[in-house]
Amino acid sequence: MILLRQEKITSAFMYLFLGIIILLPFILILGLVVKSGSVLQDNSLSELLFSAEWKPFQGKFGFSTFIYSSILVTLLAALMAVPLCILTAIYLTYYAKRSYLNIIQPVIDILAGIPSIIYGVWGILIVVPLTSKYVAPFFGIESTGYSVFAGAVVLAIMIIPFILNILLEIFKSISKELPEASIALGATKWQTIKFVVMRKALAGIISSVVFGLSRAFGETIAVLMVVGNVAQIPKDIFQPGYPLPALIANNFGEMLSIPGYESALMFAALILLVIVMIFNLAAKWLIARYESKVTI
Amino acid sequence: MRKKLQRTEELFFLLLMKLSVAIILCVVCVIVFTVFYKGLPSLSWEMLTQTSRGGYYFGKGGGVLNAIVGSLYLAFGATLLALIIGLPVAMLLNIHLKKYKRLVNSIRFLLDVLWGIPSIVYGAFGFSIMVLIGLKTSLLAGIITVAMLILPIMIRAMDEVLKEVPAGLLQASLSLGSNKPQTAFMVYMRQCSSAIITAIMVSFGRAIGDTAAVLFTTGYTDNVPTSLLQPSATLPLSIFFQLSSPIPEVQSRAYASATILTILILAISVLSRMLSNKYNKNKIS
Repeated sequence: MILLRQEKITSAFMYLFLGIIILLPFILILGLVVKSGSVLQDNSLSELLFSAEWKPFQGKFGFSTFIYSSILVTLLAALMAVPLCILTAIYLTYYAKRSYLNIIQPVIDILAGIPSIIYGVWGILIVVPLTSKYVAPFFGIESTGYSVFAGAVVLAIMIIPFILNILLEIFKSISKELPEASIALGATKWQTIKFVVMRKALAGIISSVVFGLSRAFGETIAVLMVVGNVAQIPKDIFQPGYPLPALIANNFGEMLSIPGYESALMFAALILLVIVMIFNLAAKWLIARYESKVTI
Repeated sequence: MRKKLQRTEELFFLLLMKLSVAIILCVVCVIVFTVFYKGLPSLSWEMLTQTSRGGYYFGKGGGVLNAIVGSLYLAFGATLLALIIGLPVAMLLNIHLKKYKRLVNSIRFLLDVLWGIPSIVYGAFGFSIMVLIGLKTSLLAGIITVAMLILPIMIRAMDEVLKEVPAGLLQASLSLGSNKPQTAFMVYMRQCSSAIITAIMVSFGRAIGDTAAVLFTTGYTDNVPTSLLQPSATLPLSIFFQLSSPIPEVQSRAYASATILTILILAISVLSRMLSNKYNKNKIS
C-alpha cells in the first residue's frame, strides 16, 4: 500500500518535471514577446527589422545593421568551417585507420568543451594581431584586426566540433553495401565517395551545416571580444561589425536607464531565438528526410 | 591518361583531407598552448588564494579566489538543479513513455530545440524573470538561468544511453515486482551510471564556462558569496573584465585566470573519462 503511494508520488513528480520542460520553450517565447511589447507598439515590425537607424535616446531602434553583421559573421564562419569538417570527416571515416579516430575524438571533445571566453582570449592574442599584420595587408587593406574576419575565424573554430560530430555520425550511418557495390563495379574509392557517398549524405551534410549556422548565430562572448563592436554596415570583412548577441551583452548595464531600451534588447533576443529556432527546424526536417532515404 | 587524371584528383583531395585534419589538430594545440604560454608566468599562489582587493582592476594586489569559488558554487548549484529535474525526465522518456514512440520523439525534438537556443537568450529571459519576481542579481538567479541552459544538454546526453538499454531489463525488473520508479532509480541508474556521470560532467563543464547567461543574472562582486541571494563573481566574467582593463599587468592576470579556467575544464574532461570507466563495471551486458 505504502509502496503504491510512493510509486504514485514519484511518478507524479516525474511527470511534473516533464511538464516544466515541455512548457519551457513556450514560456521563453512568451516572456520575450511580452517584454518586447512596448518597443513593438512604438515601432512597426518592418521598421525594427529593416531600418538602420539606431538612436536609443530618441526611441529609434533599427536592427538591420546588427542583423546584417550577424549574418555576415555567421556565413563567413560557416564558409571556413564546413569544407574543413567535410574533408576531415571523409578522411576519418574512409581513409584513416580506426585508431586514428580514437585519437581525434578526444581532441574534438576538448574543442567542444573549451568555454567561449577562452576562444575570445585566444582570438585577441592570436587572430586579431594576425589579421591586422598579415591577412588584411595581404588584401591591401588596413585594419585594426578587430573585425568581422577575426570574429568569423574564432566562430569557425568554435563550430567545428559540432559540425564534425554530426558529419561523423552521418558518414557512419551510411550502409557499407552501397560504397562496396560501387567499388565492385570498378569505381575508385574517390569516385565512390564523390558520386555515391556524398549524394547519399547530402541532406545530412546540409543539416549539419544549418546546425552549425544556428550555433554560430547565437554565440556571444567570443565574437564580442574580437569583432570590434561598431554599429555600422561593414564595407569589407576587415572592418568591425556588431552582431546581435554582442549588442545585447554590451548594453545590459545601461538598458534600465533609457526608456524602451530594455524592451528593444529583449526584442533583439527574440529575433535571435526565432532565427535559431527556424534554423533548427529546417535542420531537423532535412535530417528526417535524410533518414527516410538512407535505408535502401 | 584518364586513369592518371583520376589518380591525381584523388591524391589532391587526400592531401586536402590530411591538411584539414592537421589544421584542426594544430588549432587545438595552439589554443591550449597560447593560453598556457601567456597565463602560466603570471599565475601565482596569490591569484588562487586571495579575493580581489580594492583597486584590483587597476593593478593592486589580490587574486581571483572570489571568481573561482563563485564559478564552482554556480556550476555545482546549476548542475544539481538540472540533475534533480533532468534525471527523472530522462527516465520517464525511456520507461513510462517507452510505448509512445511519437510522443517521446516529439519531446526529444523539443529538447534539441532548447539545446540550440543561445545562452544569451537564456540570460535575457532569466533577467526578465528576475525583474518580474523582484529578485536582484544573485547566485540563485544565476543558478536557475544556467540550469535552464544545461537541462536539455543533460537530458539528451542521458537519453542517448538510456534508450539503448535492452527492453528485457525493464521487463525483468517489472516482472520481479518492482514498480516503474524503482526500476528507474535502482535498476536503470545502476546500468547507466557511467553515462549519467558523463552527462553530469559535460553539463558541469558547460555551466562553469558559460559567460553570456551569467552576465545578466549573477552580477559581480569582490567577495565570496555567503548566501544564495548575494551576487557572485564568476571566472569567465572576471577574465572578461580584467581583459577590458588597459593596464598590462591586469591583462596578464586575465590570461592567468584563463589558464585556471582551461585547467579546470581539462581536469573535468579527464575526471569524467576516469569516472565513466570506473562505473562502467556496474553494467550488465
